Amino acid sequence: MKRFFALAALAVALTCGSAQAQNKTIKIGVLSDMSSLYAAIGGPGSVVAAKMAVEDSGVEKKGLKVEILSADHQNKPDIGASIVRHWIDVDHVDAVADTPTSSVALAVNQVVKEKNKVFLISGAGSSDLTGKACSPNSVHWTYDTWALAHGTGKAIVESGKKTWFFLTADYAFGHALERDTAAVVKANGGKVLGTVNVPFPATDFSSFLLQAQASKAQVIGLANAGGDTINAIKQAHEFGIVKGGQSLAGLLVFVTDVHSLGLETSQGLLFTTAYYWDRNDASRNFGKRFAKQHNGAMPTMVQAGVYSSVLAYLKTVAAMGGKADDGKAVMDKMKSKPIDDPLFGKVTIRQDGRAIHDMYLVEVKKPSESKGAWDYLNIRATIPAKEAFRPLNEGGCPLVKG
Amino acid sequence: MFEIFGIPSTALFGQLLIGLINGSFYALLSLGLAVIFGMLNIINFAHGALYMLGAFTAFLLLHYAGVDYWWALVIVPIVVGIVGVVIERLLLQWLYKLDHLYGLLLTFGLALIIEGMFRNFFGASGRPYQIPELLRGGQNLGFMFLPNYRAWVVFFSAVVCFSTWFLIERTSLGATLRAATENPTLVRAFGINVPRMIMLTYGFGAALAALAGVMAAPIYNVSPQMGSDIIIVVFAVVVIGGMGSILGAVLTGFGLGIIEGLTKVFFPEASNTVVFVIMAIVLLVKPAGLFGRRG
Repeated sequence: MKRFFALAALAVALTCGSAQAQNKTIKIGVLSDMSSLYAAIGGPGSVVAAKMAVEDSGVEKKGLKVEILSADHQNKPDIGASIVRHWIDVDHVDAVADTPTSSVALAVNQVVKEKNKVFLISGAGSSDLTGKACSPNSVHWTYDTWALAHGTGKAIVESGKKTWFFLTADYAFGHALERDTAAVVKANGGKVLGTVNVPFPATDFSSFLLQAQASKAQVIGLANAGGDTINAIKQAHEFGIVKGGQSLAGLLVFVTDVHSLGLETSQGLLFTTAYYWDRNDASRNFGKRFAKQHNGAMPTMVQAGVYSSVLAYLKTVAAMGGKADDGKAVMDKMKSKPIDDPLFGKVTIRQDGRAIHDMYLVEVKKPSESKGAWDYLNIRATIPAKEAFRPLNEGGCPLVKG
Repeated sequence: MFEIFGIPSTALFGQLLIGLINGSFYALLSLGLAVIFGMLNIINFAHGALYMLGAFTAFLLLHYAGVDYWWALVIVPIVVGIVGVVIERLLLQWLYKLDHLYGLLLTFGLALIIEGMFRNFFGASGRPYQIPELLRGGQNLGFMFLPNYRAWVVFFSAVVCFSTWFLIERTSLGATLRAATENPTLVRAFGINVPRMIMLTYGFGAALAALAGVMAAPIYNVSPQMGSDIIIVVFAVVVIGGMGSILGAVLTGFGLGIIEGLTKVFFPEASNTVVFVIMAIVLLVKPAGLFGRRG
């Protein structure tokens, strides 16, 4: 009899415990490429950024517990989707963050919507995430293919380089980036001479570069990212593409790519970014704190975006008294008023889930201009928030009315 | 200028040459694999990691010790060769009597550990390595621009492949080695230290992988996953050529490089699968591989 009471008491204690834990612990899952070509862009660094956001949000002082989980989606949509299902169903995760690789993000986007949680997208680029695949449960925080195409593409076409040839990574992101950039090129009086779909990921670009060279296009647009971009730029340098009078347009380049290429090879490259550590005091401060915890590497815009989106999410949840179960309600609240972010400045989230903020057109420094490690970029222009992203009515998002 | 299937012939020649260059890497890597499998009966999944180790050692030597590319070509294979010897002594030597699968699993695990360690220290996006001064620039061949460095890669790997083949198939040292794998007890009876021979063979295979790594450093991204990116294709090359056949590995390496190069012109989307399609066909028609000895 005694034993029965003891067991019953234990059972009651356990249920109380888990019920409490469910109410008070906010769980955020950082889903990223932890080990392959995008791991330096998001990856373990995104986990560091998310943890910094928890620290800086101060919600733990208000009695909310936050737990950060992480997993490797291996750039495979099926793996990503099943991790997220498990996270939500079994681990009671409230929000998923980062998720580079658009094909994976598109799959996860569906799952999160179906389960009514929150998806804080930073790493993925396809503008479809706020276009035809938009969701009331997602925010696309950092950048998208439209913003990159318009930031970089427009600047280059306006400088007089009108004919383009694309090397496109053969999956959702590459195609979206190529489509968006080609549209900008054509709208500004340029011409696309050809495209080659490069299997993803690729090591050797020489064949494709040769085709690009033969096309005699003025600009070779690299509609790829991460390791692919690095290999393509490195080999273009080797084949004397730039010396031969053609220029390269890196449509998605991260500061870690420049670090990996070295300034000698990458100097003069123009690209668009949402964050550069050496822009102002707040960004420098964040960059240095981050680098201390991440083997000295400065954050990419994706990692900065994970930080800011998690920060905004936690503040919103705290303002709602810790109720994170209804993802759509949290998202609506996040959209309700502009957010003052330490890294991205004034951020507003639109109906379609697009976060609107300034973007920057940057150029890679010459080796002689750089004062040391990670001193890589000059900011050429600020693209104001209003012009940086696709107008709300052009994306084809079903959530946008009128 | 004439056209072949709508592609200008000049472009086609360029692509053939590029294919040959990529083929040299396949040949060099599959050569090491074939030597190790032929002599030790170990399916060396750590080969990609050793290749990466070679590239990274070259990077470390350059950036921390100021040792240039040419010295790296000599030093790196020795260093990684020693690493190979250590691996063989500590781990592999216990597995020769067991099923192939154990060696495969052990080397696969090793590859994951080595790769993970480098990713932890250097991050996933890799490090820069410049082309050596002497080989910068290139030649305009009329139909394409050939970087000097790539020409060097084709030349040097052809020399290495031929020398290795000659060493194993045509010298008395090679003959002893082959005999030692066929019948270790008998060879031992002649007073030859067989375990030491096997150990050095694994070291030699590791050194070949490292050499390929040094040669790849200036043109491919020196990153922790560079080995796993290429190793699967290289395995396909070895299977097509016939496991353990040295000549087969070399010829198939160059041949597949060319076929892959052509696919990149006619149907680029399939260029990373064409090797496996060929592998499937070869396995159906000739299960021992094109040059396989055992059938």
